[in-house]
Amino acid sequence: MRDRQLRARDMLRGDLEGEELERYVEEKVVMTNFEKMLGWARANSMFPLTFGLACCAIEAPISLVTARYDLARFGAEALRASPRQADMIILSGRVSIKMAPVVRRLYDQMLEPKWAISMGACSSSGGMFANYAVVQGADKFMPVDLHIPGCPPRPEAVIYGFNKLQRKIQGNPDQGWRQRYDAAGTEEWARGGPRSEPSPEAAEAYEEARGLVRA
Amino acid sequence: MPDAPGLELIRGEIEQDHPGAVLDTSFDRGQAALIADPAQILAVLGWLREAPGQGYAFLSSLHVADYLPAEPRFGVHYELLNRDRRERLRVKAMLRDPSAAGPVAEEDDQLPELDSCVELFPTAEFQEREAYDFFGIVFKGHPDLTRILLPEDYVGWPLRRDFPIGGEPVTFTYNERAYG
Repeated sequence: MRDRQLRARDMLRGDLEGEELERYVEEKVVMTNFEKMLGWARANSMFPLTFGLACCAIEAPISLVTARYDLARFGAEALRASPRQADMIILSGRVSIKMAPVVRRLYDQMLEPKWAISMGACSSSGGMFANYAVVQGADKFMPVDLHIPGCPPRPEAVIYGFNKLQRKIQGNPDQGWRQRYDAAGTEEWARGGPRSEPSPEAAEAYEEARGLVRA
Repeated sequence: MPDAPGLELIRGEIEQDHPGAVLDTSFDRGQAALIADPAQILAVLGWLREAPGQGYAFLSSLHVADYLPAEPRFGVHYELLNRDRRERLRVKAMLRDPSAAGPVAEEDDQLPELDSCVELFPTAEFQEREAYDFFGIVFKGHPDLTRILLPEDYVGWPLRRDFPIGGEPVTFTYNERAYG
């Protein structure tokens, strides 16, 4: 410690030179590009929207931000009560067809860049509510970056999903078990109808994911 | 709750003032119910409210049940309460489905109709709107009969028994391979 302080003082005075200076700089400075630094800053300083839809809202954000699970460890403890200050929305519960326009408006009011997590079975697919009142999957009316399965998901699962979102924000989406088992190409996707081809968007996203796994 | 003979007494008294207004009575599991003629439902409710010795002045609930495939199909239930004697009485109006026989020319004629009891019981205003919202019962004389819980542009009457349940099939590749 004392040694480092002395060397820092020497460098400021211009006393470090040549190889010693090179080694010092190599030790102290990390080289990166601006995009990566920006992604790193964004991912580790998320502002979730204070927003709950149904029973999943007990798991997140209520239990996530309190002391036991503490999302502050990942830099997302500052819940914002206004969508204009938030950059992440967690859809925690079923979205009824009467609520869908409201949720969409909240999402539209958030400033770019913004991310959406669909938490639990209900907001991902309608869950057990296959009836007249509930939208069968929130991605019917707004873009969703990440789906967390479960009914409800454990807070640990939400934290795990949040960590995956952080990696995605830093431009390194996690391929999960497909990477470990070299199982690229087994992805399933929703299709237009019986025996139809995937939509152009789905095929494109699929090729991109496959390229990322192989890279 | 009036007992079975008490229920018959009530029926007899209504019969004197409004002949033919009560079609039937039912006393099941200790619960008394008058089955009223839908055309005279207001007369029955008003009599139970105003007649001396009755005083069923509180409408604790108004709701609808769909008895498909029975005909008449819709049962509008009025749960009345006498708060002095703590007695409850149920009045039912059984309504036919006008579209059961076949398509009707005018769209408005397809819905079953009943007189609104908002004048007698102001609490019925929201409950009749709810019954309209989910079952499509038209309450004639209601001040503002619009949808109350569902979105204004919703089409259909979702709590009828012939309304499709909803949801959608999931078309994953596995399902396609298994079922075509």
